[in-house]
Amino acid sequence: MTPILEARRLNAFYDEAQVLHEISFAIAPGGITTILGANGAGKTTLLRAVSRMVRTTGELLFDGRSIARMATEDVVRLGIAHAPEGRGTFGDLTVEENLKLGAWGRRDRAGAPADMKRMYRYFPRLHERSRSAAGTLSGGEQQMLAIARALMLAPRLLLLDEPSLGLAPLVVRDIFGILRTVALETGVAILLVEQNAALALELADHVFLLETGRIMVEGPSTVLRENEAVRRAYLGY
Amino acid sequence: MDVLMQQIVSGLATGSIYASLALALVMIYKATDVVNFAQGEMAMFATYLCWSMLQAGLPYWVAFGATLVIAFAGGVLIERVVIRPVERAPLLSILIVTIGLLTIFNSLAGWIYSYVQKPFPSPFPAAPLTVGGVTFGAHDLGQIGVTLVALLAIFAFFRFTPLGLAMRAAAQNPVSSRLVGIRVGWMLALGWGLAAMFGAVAGMLIAPTLFLDPNMMGSVQIYAFAAATLGGFSSPVGAVIGGLSVGVIENLTGTYVKFIGTDLKFSVALIIILIVLVVKPAGLLGRRAVRRV
Repeated sequence: MTPILEARRLNAFYDEAQVLHEISFAIAPGGITTILGANGAGKTTLLRAVSRMVRTTGELLFDGRSIARMATEDVVRLGIAHAPEGRGTFGDLTVEENLKLGAWGRRDRAGAPADMKRMYRYFPRLHERSRSAAGTLSGGEQQMLAIARALMLAPRLLLLDEPSLGLAPLVVRDIFGILRTVALETGVAILLVEQNAALALELADHVFLLETGRIMVEGPSTVLRENEAVRRAYLGY
Repeated sequence: MDVLMQQIVSGLATGSIYASLALALVMIYKATDVVNFAQGEMAMFATYLCWSMLQAGLPYWVAFGATLVIAFAGGVLIERVVIRPVERAPLLSILIVTIGLLTIFNSLAGWIYSYVQKPFPSPFPAAPLTVGGVTFGAHDLGQIGVTLVALLAIFAFFRFTPLGLAMRAAAQNPVSSRLVGIRVGWMLALGWGLAAMFGAVAGMLIAPTLFLDPNMMGSVQIYAFAAATLGGFSSPVGAVIGGLSVGVIENLTGTYVKFIGTDLKFSVALIIILIVLVVKPAGLLGRRAVRRV
C-alpha cells in the first residue's frame, strides 16, 4: 500500500537556520499519527514543510507523487488541508464565508453544501454564529472553525497544529471524538501535532518523537505509551 | 436654491469620477499596500483606445464595452508582467515602478496620439433635463448613473460571488488563502484588472468635459488621492463617499467662496488631504493601522 505521506531525508530551513534534519517517515492512508516533542523541536515546522510554507530540501511524496517543489495552493488542491498554528481564520469574514473558502480547493465543488451541513452538525456553536465575523469568536470557537474549514476541503490528509490549544478539557474531548468519527467515516489520514501528550497518545495509532529536528523514536502508540523515556518526558510518570 | 441644487449635482457628477478612480486606487492598496500612481494614466490611455475605436466607426456603447474588456486585460497583464517580478521588493521600489508606468503611459499616449487636445463624445444628449423644476446637464446625470451602475455591480460581485469572496480573502490574509487553495497571485492580477476597468470608466466619462489629451487625468488623479485619503485608503465604501464629497466640496467652495473661484479650486483638494492627514489620518472610514513593535 502506498503511504499517503512519505518523507525521505527531509530538511527544512528558516532562511539559513536549519530546523529539520534528514527526517524520514511514512504514514499509512487513513491512519492517525501524532508528533510529540518539546517546544522548539520542529513539530510545527514539519507540518509547514508538508504544506510547503517553508523551504525544504529532500524528498516529500503525497500518495506516491513528489510535492517537494510545489506551491502551497497546489498541494492543498491535491487534498492536503492544514489547520495551522494560530488558526489562520479570516477574521473579517463570517463563519459561513470561512467555511465556503475552505471548500475552494475541493475536487468536487458539488459536495460542499452537504459538507457544510455536516460541519454545522459536528460543531453546533458554529451554526449559531454562522453570520458573525470570525474574529469575534472565542479562541475555542475559532479553533473549531479552523478544523471545520480544513475538513471542508474533503482532504485525504489533514494536518492539525495543536488543536487542543486554549480549549477547555470537555471541548477537547468533543473535538477528538469528532476527529475519530471523521477519520472512520471518510478515511482521511490525520497528522497531529499536540502538546497534550496523553490525549494524543489515546487518539493516535502511530507516534513520532521529535527532538531538535530529528526523529528520535517512532512506533505504534500502544508501544510508545509504555516506553520509559516517553512516559518520563511527556506523560509525567 | 436652484443654483445650490445644480452645483451639488454637478459636484456629485465630477465626484463620481473621483469615486471611480479612488475605488481603483483603494482596491489595489487593500490587496497589496501599493498605491498605483499610474492609475490615472492607465485610465487616460484606455480612453485614447476608446477614441481610436470611435474614430474607426464603432458605436459608442460598443467601444465603451470593448474598452472595459481591454482595460481589464491590460490591468491583469501589467500586474503579471511588470509588478509580479518586484512584488517582494521594498514598498518604495514598487511605488517607483508605478511612477515609471505613469511616465511610460503618458509619453506613449503623447507619442501615438500627439499632445493636441481632441474632443471626446458624450453618449448623453446635449439638451439639459429638468427634474423637480430644476435643470441639470444630461451628461452630469449620466455620469452619476453610469458610475452608480458600475459601483453596484462591483459591490455585488465582491459580496455574492465565490470569486469575489476569494479575492477579498486573498487581500485580507494571503497566507490563509493559500492554505485553502486560492492562487493569491492571480487574485491580485484580477484586482488590477478590475481597478483598470474602473479607471477606464472614469476616463471615458470625464473626457467630454476635460477634452482628451495625455495630461487629462493628472488633476483627476490628485482629486482621487484626496478622495481616498478622505474616505480612508483601506475602505472601498470610504473611497466612494470620499469621491462624492470631494466633488461637492470642490464645486461648492468654487462657487460660493469668492476668493477661491475657479482658479484655486484645485487647491481645495490639496487642502482636504492636508486637513485629513493632520486631524484623522485614517480617513472617515479607514481603519487605524496598528503595528506591533
